[in-house]
Amino acid sequence: MSAGSATVASGPAAEARVAAVASTVATARMRRRRRGTAVVLAVGIVAFAGATASLLLGAAGLTFGDVLSALVGQGSPKSEFVIVRLRLPRITAAIIAGLGLGLGGALFQTTLRNPLASPDILGITGGASLAAVASMLVLGFDGPAVSLAAFAGALIVAALMWGLAWRGGLTGIRFVLVGIGLASIVSGLLGWLITRADVREASEALVWMVGGIGSIGWDELAVSGVTLVVLLGLTAAFSPRMPLLALSDDSARSLGLDATRARAVAIVLGVGLVAAATALAGPVAFVALVAAPIARALVGHGQAALAVSALVGAAIVLVADLVAQHALAGVAVPVGIVTGLIGAPYLLWLIARGNRKGSDG
Amino acid sequence: MTRPAPNALRAVSLTLAYDGRTVIDALDLEIPEGRITAIVGPNASGKSTLLRGLARLMRPESGRVTLDGRDIRSFGAKEFAKRVAVLPQQPIAPDGVLVAELVARGRHPHRGWFGGRSSDDDRIVAEVLEATGTTALADRSVSELSGGQRQRVWIAMAMAQRADIVLLDEPTSFLDVSHQLELLDLLTESNRAHGTTVVMVLHELNLAARYADHLVVIDDGRIAAAGEPAEVMTAATIGSAFALDCMVAADPVTGSPMIVPIGRFHRA
Repeated sequence: MSAGSATVASGPAAEARVAAVASTVATARMRRRRRGTAVVLAVGIVAFAGATASLLLGAAGLTFGDVLSALVGQGSPKSEFVIVRLRLPRITAAIIAGLGLGLGGALFQTTLRNPLASPDILGITGGASLAAVASMLVLGFDGPAVSLAAFAGALIVAALMWGLAWRGGLTGIRFVLVGIGLASIVSGLLGWLITRADVREASEALVWMVGGIGSIGWDELAVSGVTLVVLLGLTAAFSPRMPLLALSDDSARSLGLDATRARAVAIVLGVGLVAAATALAGPVAFVALVAAPIARALVGHGQAALAVSALVGAAIVLVADLVAQHALAGVAVPVGIVTGLIGAPYLLWLIARGNRKGSDG
Repeated sequence: MTRPAPNALRAVSLTLAYDGRTVIDALDLEIPEGRITAIVGPNASGKSTLLRGLARLMRPESGRVTLDGRDIRSFGAKEFAKRVAVLPQQPIAPDGVLVAELVARGRHPHRGWFGGRSSDDDRIVAEVLEATGTTALADRSVSELSGGQRQRVWIAMAMAQRADIVLLDEPTSFLDVSHQLELLDLLTESNRAHGTTVVMVLHELNLAARYADHLVVIDDGRIAAAGEPAEVMTAATIGSAFALDCMVAADPVTGSPMIVPIGRFHRA
């Protein structure tokens, strides 16, 4: 225990001491910022390595030189087709979906102050799947119309959750419970739709149930890419409020933040990001759940770590897709199956650990 | 700094309710500027609710709270936070957050829309760390601190707001007696050194009488008595507000009134 009692000392000696403490505080802050930058670089390198490997590997047997010349538009028709029409769109889709899910999950978990409060646990990505599958099986949609339906489905589930959980403010636990309830309703409806569909239709619908990034065209990528960039910009402008949202509503308000409105804005941004990602790639499992906790553990000190969460999301989807494409001999599986295999044990661990005490730093 | 009216913070026929249940009923209250005010009262009397109303954490059913004669609801969120700092009853710190980082969040009202820090921020954080005796804890994580240390850190954060009024909801609960005194000494020091107006809800009557210049007794949503502790702390007032048999003696250390409660088995 310290002697604790502060002195009302003034004069040059006290001023010198305050100046010394201030420079220590500034140094520690710089050190944390440098660690943040180092983490951004490290995760960026992992993502870049994953993307490069995805470009180079594959059955087409292209050399490094073939890939490079295809990228600058000097390749053979075959290599250009493989790179520009198949592999590059795949990587771009992985990056867009990963950034959207990672950042969306981080916004949800920080805003609702609960590591379980992730858009995939709360049925928001499930809403996108349901709407996409229903639009294919019931309304006969295909192509971009299905993506649009997925986007709308995510928004509808989020709006329902909001309507049911709102009691003059947002409390994390009510939101989580309502969301888990909606998630099971959504998955029940999805199962019902699949069982009444014929086999061929059902296998097409499968990618919307597990998430996949194959055969996505550049026009679709352009639409979701622009949506993502706009939402990233808005989130960056909003992000100075995140440290206060990690406190209680009363604390945030007494520091001059309209906590109710700020939480609403953060959730709307998160829903938009997740909806954009899911409309493109389907509900790639668990990325939204695991990206932010990994990012926070890397950055440390209880920070919201939004930028790192987005990058971790992209790195996970890139590496998981690499595994999905090449690691399982002979069969390429949708990326969502691999992320599910990684994510499910993490979820169990999170629940077993009682989600009480932090262990980062 | 301008000198506002002597009663900076004021409640005018203030009614506060939760879900239609009235807790504070048409209450008028003046908080003397530059003094320490303690709000006491039995459990469920509405004292914490009153503090939340003064802190703009609750919308009044009717009536209003004014700061310098202006309705506090007409202030911008940051504008109000530069004048009034609030320490809620059980504040939550995110897991792993460092002391210096939490204290720096107190500077938020002074930052612009994009959260850019001013060059003064580090100096002010250093000043409040020094003033609260938490400099040595600056690099520790808040969640690993003891209750007394943690409470000093929260007070440091409130002080970093550089507000001239500080409202605290039971700042001494869960602290042992030596840490209670340490905390009240710290608030007194801030009051004496900077003229900070301190308003706190306190459970411990004798500490309230000792540290407060102005004592407000709340009973069932109304003011039972308000004034200097010597006037307010009578056996009749306290006895009726707390439904308690008691007598008042002079505190042997400060001479302030001291409540001595009498239980069923000790009646004369």
